[in-house]
Amino acid sequence: MRTVYVDNNATTRVAPEVLEAMMPYFSDYYGNPSSMHFFGGQVAKQVNEAREKVADLLGAEPSEIVFTSCGTESDNAAILGTLDSYPEKRHLITTRVEHPAVGNVSTYLSRKGYHVTELSVDREGRLDLDELRESFSDQTALVSTMYANNETGVIFPIEKIGEIVKEKGIPFHTDAVQTVGKIPINLKKSTIDMLSLSGHKLHSPKGIGVLYIRKGTKFSPFLIGGHQEKGRRGGTENVPYIIGLGKACELAKNHLEDENTRVKALRDYLEQKILEKIPNTLVNGDPVHRLPNTVSVSFEYVEGESILLLLSDLGICASSGSACTSGSLEPSHVLRAMGVPFTAAHGSIRFSLSIYNTKEEMDYIIGHLPPIIQRLRDISPFWYDYLKSQGKKSS
Amino acid sequence: MWDYTDKVKDHFLNPRNVGEIEHPDGIGEVGSLACGDALRLTFKLDEKKRIQDVKFKTFGCASAIASSSALTEIVKGMTLDVAEKVSNQDIANYLGGLPEEKMHCSVMGREALESAIANYRGQKVTKEDFEIVCKCFGVTDREIIKAIRENDLKTVEQVTYYTKAGGGCAHCHPKIEVLIEQVRKEMEKEKPLAKPERKKLTNIQKVKLIEETLGREIAPALKADGGDIDLIDIEGNKVYVALRGKCSFCHSSEVTLKQYVETKLREFVSEDIEVEEARP
Repeated sequence: MRTVYVDNNATTRVAPEVLEAMMPYFSDYYGNPSSMHFFGGQVAKQVNEAREKVADLLGAEPSEIVFTSCGTESDNAAILGTLDSYPEKRHLITTRVEHPAVGNVSTYLSRKGYHVTELSVDREGRLDLDELRESFSDQTALVSTMYANNETGVIFPIEKIGEIVKEKGIPFHTDAVQTVGKIPINLKKSTIDMLSLSGHKLHSPKGIGVLYIRKGTKFSPFLIGGHQEKGRRGGTENVPYIIGLGKACELAKNHLEDENTRVKALRDYLEQKILEKIPNTLVNGDPVHRLPNTVSVSFEYVEGESILLLLSDLGICASSGSACTSGSLEPSHVLRAMGVPFTAAHGSIRFSLSIYNTKEEMDYIIGHLPPIIQRLRDISPFWYDYLKSQGKKSS
Repeated sequence: MWDYTDKVKDHFLNPRNVGEIEHPDGIGEVGSLACGDALRLTFKLDEKKRIQDVKFKTFGCASAIASSSALTEIVKGMTLDVAEKVSNQDIANYLGGLPEEKMHCSVMGREALESAIANYRGQKVTKEDFEIVCKCFGVTDREIIKAIRENDLKTVEQVTYYTKAGGGCAHCHPKIEVLIEQVRKEMEKEKPLAKPERKKLTNIQKVKLIEETLGREIAPALKADGGDIDLIDIEGNKVYVALRGKCSFCHSSEVTLKQYVETKLREFVSEDIEVEEARP
């Protein structure tokens, strides 16, 4: 069976160039970068080169890059490390649509007695900056908002948020796991103090992440141990994965244009054809301020897991914000925060593309999706009722 | 990805009895768009008051569609008295099991059937008659108690898996805990003294086994004497049958029932079966 992979916000294919760059560091160059001898020293040099490549993609200084094990660790380290640096401050500002790597840290902190403000979003998934302005107190230790949403692709006005936060002299962290490699980022001219990224979202393997910490930002290490990463993250460097991430960032820089032209055009084509061919379908989230690779569509009166399994049967890999896919009973917190009506929230499907997708694959999806939705609607009692209310006959 | 059995996949990909019967004898509707799944069940009876045709429409995930499809296959041909004994476990077993988190799909099937039968009988079961425990999903104490009893549930998490109650804001968790404790105490008291038992049969397995045994072991012998036997109802361990043909006037029918039918059923189904003649 063929595989059409359009779930790149979940994880991505490791680029062949990345894999190739990594391999020698499993076999030949296994030295510890901290060692005094030449054998470790040559590895340390390569780790630093990888650090430079990551910094280059972000417009950062190499010394501001801290390698971690994943995006979740980066988020945890940024939030808990900052709070630890300001022990007298007990207030955190974040949003209602964060990834669990931030959202569940907020819940944990609330239980520990911290005050957490979760900013709301509107029907299009956008923040109200006035709500942010009104949320500060002298207790506020940190503002942490995602850069772009994993489910809808909606991009927050991160520099505007940062300016408001900077006026108050408060540190600003952003979870940019879904953003890095998809749109240009330049931290030199930015209000961001800390930024999290995850390797496996940009064609490097799972198990490597980065926390960018702007020079001069107060930070206490989350993982306490050796002197690695200038004492900001203990633990022997995961050398092959760091090399792989360096290569992936180098490739991502070269692919940014492709991502924002060809991939964006494929996404727009897919979206437009779906809306054209399938009635009672809507796109979730701000259509303009959106990642070039992501579209979240809701099909009214059908349920997401059923759609996914029928797609999967044809080799098409996507994901859903429906309740049943996650084992929880309520649809995704992102769609609920946006106030997507229940008729649509349970039937949401996310397609997230990458540079490896082709137009032929989009046509394959467009060809197979309408009969799948029709088939499930034919089983759905609500579709039948809807048609009756419209005076149409069930097919 | 969920670990669905091949049977679940089959009933999801090729659902049986999809549709809606026009002018049905009974209609049952449960669930809602907000809750993420819903089922509309309609049936028609034949002249013998057996379910002649049954159809469903379901909005929901793969296991909800498969459970609805399985339910229609199970109850087809049953009298309502037999069909109302179908439990959610019967539906899950028919499908070779469901992931525990998805057991509420089988409960939804059972509830739709119950509601359709009540509709046929002109009874009205409304939620207002009971206390709504879980406000997020509108689950009543009656539904929770029934699920605890039928599925031997022990934790709040399990109650959520089976009924959805407690799966939203979690404010009702203490209430569910109290219900679990109450029901389990009652169940403990009702437990009969321990005796050797064979493999525990679900209601539907039992019904099927009784039907099979009657057809294979008992009816042929009676037919040889110009008689016959019909299964009328099953209530717990009591099996109500009607003797037909010559057997219906036979003086030794009482003996036939007790010594022949009951013995056979005890041998093939369960040791505590009692056979009674159904009074017209």
